[in-house]
Amino acid sequence: MRLPRLLAFAGLLLASVAHGEQLFMARSPLSFPETMLALQDAITTQGYTLSRVQHVDVGLTEMGFTTDKYRIVFFGKPEEIRTLSARYPQLVPYLPLQVTIFAEGEETLVVGADPLMLQRLVPDPAMQPVFARWHGALVAIMESLRQLR
Amino acid sequence: MLKGFLLAAAFAMVPTAMAAPDGARLYSQHCAACHGLHGEGGVGVPLALPDFLSTADDDFLRKTLRNGRPGRVMPAFRSLSDTEVDALVAHLRSFAKPGAPAPRKLSTQSVQGNATRGGELFATHCASCHGANGEGGHGTGVTFSRPRNLPIMPPALNNPGFLAAASDAMIKATLMRGREGTPMISYLDQGLSEQDIDDIVAFVRSFEQRAPAKIRAPVDEPMFLEAESSYSLEETVENVKRAAIGKNFRIIREQSLEHGFFPEDQENAKQVIVYFCNFNFINQALSLDPRVGLFLPCRVTVVEQDGVVKVLSINPKHLSALYNNRELDEACDQMTELYEGILEEATL
Repeated sequence: MRLPRLLAFAGLLLASVAHGEQLFMARSPLSFPETMLALQDAITTQGYTLSRVQHVDVGLTEMGFTTDKYRIVFFGKPEEIRTLSARYPQLVPYLPLQVTIFAEGEETLVVGADPLMLQRLVPDPAMQPVFARWHGALVAIMESLRQLR
Repeated sequence: MLKGFLLAAAFAMVPTAMAAPDGARLYSQHCAACHGLHGEGGVGVPLALPDFLSTADDDFLRKTLRNGRPGRVMPAFRSLSDTEVDALVAHLRSFAKPGAPAPRKLSTQSVQGNATRGGELFATHCASCHGANGEGGHGTGVTFSRPRNLPIMPPALNNPGFLAAASDAMIKATLMRGREGTPMISYLDQGLSEQDIDDIVAFVRSFEQRAPAKIRAPVDEPMFLEAESSYSLEETVENVKRAAIGKNFRIIREQSLEHGFFPEDQENAKQVIVYFCNFNFINQALSLDPRVGLFLPCRVTVVEQDGVVKVLSINPKHLSALYNNRELDEACDQMTELYEGILEEATL
């Protein structure tokens, strides 16, 4: 890894360690559709592939419940999903990675769990850089949404 | 030469290292998601209310940031430095309207009152919103795009975080003045005397004598549930679907774990995810905490590896600890039982 990237990564890691919480949240001042686009863009910018979007609100509305937009976005790196799910089956319930996005009035909230929590599931030291990278990517995704104007 | 360079570099870094933390940035990073970009509230309660800002002193805000509200969503930000906490408090003060009076200097003395009598008054005037035992209202914050009973979640007055942060004088001032913009009214205006209010404060303070409910920690529970199946992969998938339907879930999707990552004919067919939903349950969970998407939709993965078929799922009990929401913990306990039942039925 080159020095600037290493420093940037370390900065992100330190910044998020200061979060003191395992649930990452970001509020975008933009509407749901605009934030959804920005979220998908941020995910791909980090080098991940979007695999699916679950429209929770659609099912709820069809069943007669009142709700605003509520979606789950699944993503990952194809080869990584394939390799890791075979090597560490205990990771399977947590794959692909996911974030939740929902409208709150004219603004939008995005929520995801810190991937570093998966260290407890797979304590293999070889996996630490992977979890750290996922963590850094999620921190960067959240920060990019906070910066939307 | 090198020594001089390093020294110069070290000095050059000092201003950055010592720069005052940016309260607005910290607020955006840690608070805005729940409390709104300008303190208007959301998943969290509103902070930009004039009555709140005038009765909540800096010590209350600092302690609230440090200790949070155990089991009531607001996390404890223990890793923030003192200067960062101060910067956040200063930023919260910026929500006050121009010309608004500075926060009142409240007494640090205990309020003397009759807690027994206060309990009777609390039952009459406070319990309908704050709960018979001060446990607070249901759900979160003020806004979510779904029907709510109240425009704001009434705070839990028996919460150890609240009791540690709020002085008697602050509780008294809130009872006397109310909070404009919320259902909290002035009880002086409602005809209670100052002695009545002191008695209620004494009753609220008496919650400290009761043992706080245990807060779930992520390490208390296994992270995932697993069962080995004696059936083939295909049979097990069908068993999972049947078991889920038997527990009032609706099957919404069946796909490979690699769906969306590889062309369909290249997906690993030995990893099958079954998605299922009970929309009534989801609606209830979202009303308790709109952030519960990590659990959604419900899913169980059936995996065949080296001839062994396993059924795997997340453990909602583990994930619920991330939310610091005791009400959600109860729903997740139920959810874990349902998952365990499905895994058992599908593999036996």
